[in-house]
Amino acid sequence: MTPWPMLLPEGVDRGSAAPVEAPPRSPWRRRALLLVPLGLAAGAGAGFYAMLRGMQTGDYDPKGLPSALLGKPPPDFALPPLEGSDRPALTAAELRSPARPVLVNFFASWCLPCVVEHPMLTRLARAGVPIMGVAYKDRPEDAAAFLRQHGNPFARIGLDLPGRVAIDWGVYGVPETYLIDRRGIIRWRWAGPLTEDMVSRELEPLLRRHAA
Amino acid sequence: MIPELGHFALALALMLSLAQGIFGLWGAQRSDARMMAAAPPLAAGTLLAVITAFGCLMWSYVTNDTTVANVVQNSHSAKPLLYKLTGTWGNHEGSMVLWVLILALCGGAVAAFGRELPSRLQARVLAVLALVAVGFLAFILGTSNPFARIWPPAPDGQGLNPILQDPGLAFHPPLLYLGYVGCAVTYAFAVAALIEGRVDAAWGRWVRPWALASWSFLTLGIALGSWWAYYELGWGGYWFWDPVENASLLPWLAGTALLHSAVVVEKREALKTWTVFLALLAFGMSLLGTFLVRSGVLTSVHAFANDPARGVFILVLLMLYVGGGFALFAWRAAAMAPTGVFAPLSREGALVLNNLLLCSIAAVVLIGTLYPMFADLILQQKISVGPPFFNTALFPLAVPLVAAMAIGPLMPWKRARLWPVLQRLWWAALGGAAALLLCLAVEGWRIFPALGFAAAAWLILAALADLADRIALFSRPAAAWARAKGLPRAAWGAAVAHAGLGVTILGLAGMGLAQDRLVLMKPGETASLGGYTYRLDELRDAAGPNWRGREAVLTVLQDGRTVTVLRPQKRSFPVGRMTTTEAAIHTTWLADLYTVMGDERDGGAVIRMHHNPLAPWIWLGAAVMALGGGISLSDRRVRVSAPAPKTVRGEAPA
Repeated sequence: MTPWPMLLPEGVDRGSAAPVEAPPRSPWRRRALLLVPLGLAAGAGAGFYAMLRGMQTGDYDPKGLPSALLGKPPPDFALPPLEGSDRPALTAAELRSPARPVLVNFFASWCLPCVVEHPMLTRLARAGVPIMGVAYKDRPEDAAAFLRQHGNPFARIGLDLPGRVAIDWGVYGVPETYLIDRRGIIRWRWAGPLTEDMVSRELEPLLRRHAA
Repeated sequence: MIPELGHFALALALMLSLAQGIFGLWGAQRSDARMMAAAPPLAAGTLLAVITAFGCLMWSYVTNDTTVANVVQNSHSAKPLLYKLTGTWGNHEGSMVLWVLILALCGGAVAAFGRELPSRLQARVLAVLALVAVGFLAFILGTSNPFARIWPPAPDGQGLNPILQDPGLAFHPPLLYLGYVGCAVTYAFAVAALIEGRVDAAWGRWVRPWALASWSFLTLGIALGSWWAYYELGWGGYWFWDPVENASLLPWLAGTALLHSAVVVEKREALKTWTVFLALLAFGMSLLGTFLVRSGVLTSVHAFANDPARGVFILVLLMLYVGGGFALFAWRAAAMAPTGVFAPLSREGALVLNNLLLCSIAAVVLIGTLYPMFADLILQQKISVGPPFFNTALFPLAVPLVAAMAIGPLMPWKRARLWPVLQRLWWAALGGAAALLLCLAVEGWRIFPALGFAAAAWLILAALADLADRIALFSRPAAAWARAKGLPRAAWGAAVAHAGLGVTILGLAGMGLAQDRLVLMKPGETASLGGYTYRLDELRDAAGPNWRGREAVLTVLQDGRTVTVLRPQKRSFPVGRMTTTEAAIHTTWLADLYTVMGDERDGGAVIRMHHNPLAPWIWLGAAVMALGGGISLSDRRVRVSAPAPKTVRGEAPA
């Protein structure tokens, strides 16, 4: 006999002498098992209904990627510099009270969307926005080669090889960009490549507002 | 006038379906032959009405009727005719009408070809299909009227999303809907069987062709969608575990399990509860997909424009059909007694294992898809579940599935011994091991692609071994041809479909070795990847009927010989104010040479090159799988249960 007879589908010969006439299982347990799909469907349905209600009242927003850190200072960290990039290391101290709003950008050489957004970062850096880079789970030589090839818009770069700092920040995936105001508070976050549209519609007004 | 006619036809279809549902169920319950006899003509009437509605909508698109809001939002006079036609279903409202059209076609097919069915079963199946249609017609009429007029008429349409202007995507939804709606038919059979309280071999014979057809269309639809993502989105990837992709994979997994389980019902009258459950599950999963895509509860590139009122309506339908089906299941399934008995180690046992593994895979995909939404709802946490989760969780399930699906078909029914089966597969195992070692020798320590090649060789060779064994190719070669002709098509279909999965895995393993490179190139410069040299000849303007853009002309050379010229483009569509990148792909069948044009700067352009070994075989394998489904469908024994002369029926194996 198997230890869980009711998990076997009907028809399986359980090795008993009279397999068909005397199915060795309790009808109540079988009944309960047959109720499981209904219960799961009902639970899921209730959850979906709560989501739809939440969307109408604004409690549930599937599109937003709000960070738990919005309106708070970034978590404490100290990252080593990226060898070969000629930039100083990045620690939380530099983000406490910067002279002007700064962007913190998580990137990696293996990430294609990072390449796509790179010209945008370069343009912002030329416009005078200080950008701090965090090389996320990247081999130092690859990250340095990436910056040599595409240009280096970053004022400081920290190397987050294990990805621990990214976890503390709640990074969704690279590339991801945060705006930190002059009091050292995270004001904005964008997961995905920075596009023309996004920068002119959201980031630039925010930069102007927090510059004052 | 035409749009009003279409609107009226939809309302008429709703009334006819309602009548069909009531007459069918009530008539079958009361054994009233006249009421039951009303169901097939009503199904034909519904079909005519829905065809009329769909035709009217298509007409509005072709003539670019700018008084119809749906046309204004989704079409444009400058659009090529093909995309005006396919634009009919390229939007939420129109796609729902297509959905109902296919449902009505299935109802018509059951009405026309189902005369062989016991009349009570036929009436109930038609009634359930009609009630499904009632829900969706009410949804269309109540929340998503495709024929709503606007006044004054707009000067012209607002164009279709240019990403959707593509042959692959134009035919991806109809194929998927054929698959989803096929699930509705097996669902209707399952519900009818639950009401009746009996499932027998005849029921299995009827369900299997529908399950097969729906599965084949789903396979093709998913493959087409994946292929589209591969060449259109321009990231060189083919599957992203996006929630909407998962939503189409879930009914496929349930349908695959159903297909196999229905064989056991047909041949051995066992696994009845399982089969009924899987039929309910497959349709439930296709409805879940519809809900996820159209209600706005998740974000995805595929999601339709949505509003929560629609979401609530679809949720109500989902709960009615799925909840109703499962409630009936909980109430009645215990009554279904098996008659066939089998040992755990047998063909039936292998199919049970197949069901368990496929259901586990479906559970993993379902959890991975829904968990982030429920975590957000309950724990207020934004998390994302991505490819690492799916790959890690599915790998341990895929290995036994692949191992067992080669062994299963060689096992005899009722009771089997493992050793003789394994003896017949030794050369498939040898081929798998050889593929593994060869890959490790050539590519170094890349364990996952190597395992993929091994799995592909194992599956393809095992399918061949199965066929060789059945036609006694080696033991009695003289009679092999005669035996091959006599072999049931279902056996051929199964072998072809299993080999098709092997081909797909071959492609996936090849993609595991893909390389990519990103370079800033100026005209005249070269870059090399995967043994090919890419030379940028020029950067120039390009234009099409409704777009303007830039293209890079790249000559691909191998050993100084020109292989091909690739022209990746960036297109901008003035009507939709959108820009797309068009990847240029050349396939050598051993690899895809895939290039994408990025931004231009300093007189050069960023060119992304992908070298994707064996990539086309991913989708060709899916086509082979669907072909296997088609071969199996053409089996005489399947047709016998369909419209066939009564004399043949006696020959059909019980």
